[in-house]
Amino acid sequence: MQKNKTLLYLILSIVSLALFIGIWYYFTAVLQIVSPKTLPSPVKVFTTFIDKFTNPNPDGATLLVHALSSLKITLTGYLTAIVIGVPLGIAMAWYPKVDLYVRPIFDLLKPIPGVAWVPLMIIMLGIGFASKVTVIFISAIVPVLLNSYSGIKQTRDVHIWVARTFGASDWQMLTRIAIPTSLPYVMTGIRVALGAAWTTIVAAELIASTEGLGFMIQQSRGIYRPDIIIVGMVTIGIIGSVLGLLLMLIESVLVKGRSKV
Amino acid sequence: MDNPKVKVINLTKKFGDLLVLDDVSFEVAEKEFMCVVGPTGCGKTTFLNSLTKLYLPTSGEILVNGEPVDMKKNNISYIFQEQSTMPWLTVEENVGFGLAIKGVDAKAKREAVDEVLEIVGLNDYRKYYPNELSASMLQRVVIARAFATKPELLLMDEPYGQLDIELRFKLEDELIKLWQRTQTTVLFITHNIEEAVYLSEKILVLTNKPTKIKKIIDNHLPRPRNVVDPEFIKLRNEVTELIKWW
Repeated sequence: MQKNKTLLYLILSIVSLALFIGIWYYFTAVLQIVSPKTLPSPVKVFTTFIDKFTNPNPDGATLLVHALSSLKITLTGYLTAIVIGVPLGIAMAWYPKVDLYVRPIFDLLKPIPGVAWVPLMIIMLGIGFASKVTVIFISAIVPVLLNSYSGIKQTRDVHIWVARTFGASDWQMLTRIAIPTSLPYVMTGIRVALGAAWTTIVAAELIASTEGLGFMIQQSRGIYRPDIIIVGMVTIGIIGSVLGLLLMLIESVLVKGRSKV
Repeated sequence: MDNPKVKVINLTKKFGDLLVLDDVSFEVAEKEFMCVVGPTGCGKTTFLNSLTKLYLPTSGEILVNGEPVDMKKNNISYIFQEQSTMPWLTVEENVGFGLAIKGVDAKAKREAVDEVLEIVGLNDYRKYYPNELSASMLQRVVIARAFATKPELLLMDEPYGQLDIELRFKLEDELIKLWQRTQTTVLFITHNIEEAVYLSEKILVLTNKPTKIKKIIDNHLPRPRNVVDPEFIKLRNEVTELIKWW
């Protein structure tokens, strides 16, 4: 039964994707009602995609170089956000004093989108690696911290009582009750943050770059190459999905005995 | 009483202006099974929680072995009314939770867990997670966890309140077996008078709020007990009369 459902889901996914590309193909290559300068056909996008693996023109680097450059920036900012955001969120939720000091600042900064930091980052950190990483970091830390915080707040009193009557210390209650309780929420935050980080890369690479997927997209816009723009977008989509799948695998190993949040 | 296991002296608990426990004093002997009964909402849970200092008492003292109760020093297990297994731990990890908190070494922990799992009949389920188990199995996990630390004092707050009657009878018998085997001191809260008469050596009857002690009744009915035995019914009726406040 379960297997049938998975199969059905797979077939439906393929059908809907094929349908989408089919319609796209029909309007661009068959009917030709849209100029290829505005929207190229999927065939053109596909050949450009293959070509970009080896061809550094017209934007100066191959697709792989761009992708790796973007990945390096994203992962640096993203992982830093996890390393700082998870413990900070946990500490804020567990220790009222930390909450008191950090929360007002966080509440103020939370609604500002990562992209809005770009101009300030350029002035403060210049146009190099650091400013881009910082923008990613800011985008990613918000969901990480928020989810870790609310995860700890899910801790049930009765679990704390069980631990306390067994003579647990405050540290034991944190590490053996609160943190395990929060884990599904922490993982959700980490997953959401990946999306936030990876989608911010295009904006971050608005800061003068010489490579990166965002840079490639920007360059191609200037020279009217929508096929390369789409290749960039699709690549961002594929890498994002692969990273997301990877995280789900990690989550299924870490979070046991519970349905996902 | 010489050297009582638990000695409660003038225990009083107020929540704001609301007086819940009013100057309660009593003793529990070593290895005794005491049931605490009282009308619904009379503060039975507050009573246990003050005893374990989950709530700080407003005044009064609780002594275990003649010294103020201290969760880190005293070996106490508490079975709560709510389901309290940890969903992120397997059955055996849940059962070993108290031992892990107390820093018991791996080998001793394993032996203790094996022993109680055997008694409650969950040996085949040791690798399962709580979301894969039925309500009765979960309650057994909780009971096993409570006994695994070989507590000197076991507190139970209506542990079977949510279970159907057949299951309750079964678990009550299991509990008696465990108690006889481990000789731990038990303080068992219930609103079910039949359950109290079935389990206890002594019944502490509480009044309606503000809670005081109405009477302490000795229960020397022979075991195994029979709920339709005339002596059993007589004692049950006696307790019921005491609790009637309407």
